[in-house]
Amino acid sequence: MRRSVGIRAVAGVCLAFVIALGLAVLGIAETPAHVDLPELLLESMGQSGVEHPVTAVLLNFRSYDTLLEIGVLVIAGIAGISVSRTTSLEDPELRTSDSLLYALQRWFVPLMLVLAGYLLWAGADRPGGAFQAGAVLAATGVMMRLGGIPMDFLRPGILLRLGLALGFAVFLLIALASAIGGEAFLAYPPAVAKQLIILIETVLTLSIAMVLLALFVSAPVNRAAEPGEGESP
Amino acid sequence: MSASLLYALAGVALCGIGLFGFITLAHLLRKLLAFNLIGSGVFLVLVGLAQRHGEPDPVPQALVLTGIVVAIAATALAVVLIRRYFHLSGHTTLRAETPERVPGRLKPQTRGDNPE
Repeated sequence: MRRSVGIRAVAGVCLAFVIALGLAVLGIAETPAHVDLPELLLESMGQSGVEHPVTAVLLNFRSYDTLLEIGVLVIAGIAGISVSRTTSLEDPELRTSDSLLYALQRWFVPLMLVLAGYLLWAGADRPGGAFQAGAVLAATGVMMRLGGIPMDFLRPGILLRLGLALGFAVFLLIALASAIGGEAFLAYPPAVAKQLIILIETVLTLSIAMVLLALFVSAPVNRAAEPGEGESP
Repeated sequence: MSASLLYALAGVALCGIGLFGFITLAHLLRKLLAFNLIGSGVFLVLVGLAQRHGEPDPVPQALVLTGIVVAIAATALAVVLIRRYFHLSGHTTLRAETPERVPGRLKPQTRGDNPE
């Protein structure tokens, strides 16, 4: 009885929250904006080094966000592999010898790698970029992992740590280099903006894929002696 | 009411449902799912509100793209923490009903449901 009263109170609070948020959204929708951001963006697209507005915002005009984001990802990845109990992230017990899955992988893995490369390259002038490419690359890794293809680079050694930190390190290095060179922090020289953005996107793709894959792999595997996930405590 | 405003209001509704689930559900994985629902609602509000001039605004889209990647990584980290907590305590909720059952192993303070 007390529980149902509590749930009703929570439902009331949530309803009030939804109404307040909805009114705020309606209020914002009615107020005209002081700055026309899309117009501003279109005007300065010429100096960005890329043709697609979302990529220009992500990697040039607001690259600060992206730098912090890859920092968050690296911290999450390192925390994930630290929590993991297994000494090797590449678990031999998970290897299967399913011939159908193996045959499917032989078709899919090269295709997905090509797709990841395409997405990375397409980010310059159409939807795509480091994040989509990294997600596809991580999905490829997840599929290889589930199919039991051994992945030596996922051992928690120097290679994994280097791969996790590579994107953040290169990004930070470029940001610092432009600051030391006399420009603002993260302001690329316009002449090499495109090359720098492509370099950053490539290393970001690798690092994002490795972080996501390491987090997928580092969830501790259930042993037979320990209680299963479905059992009630 | 335009279509983009409808998206924003749907995002508001998702936020409300997620908040309700986050408070009332006890299982940590369900809490995590509810938290992700709040996040999706916020993304929908951001993207929906920004299209009111008829065409999408790239700046909020880029911010939401960043947010999605961070949310995925944070969710994965939360799942790793929840599974570790489950291995240590044998519980799937944060309430420690019988702390003396596994003396010295139970860590009720290990919160795994706060991905951001």
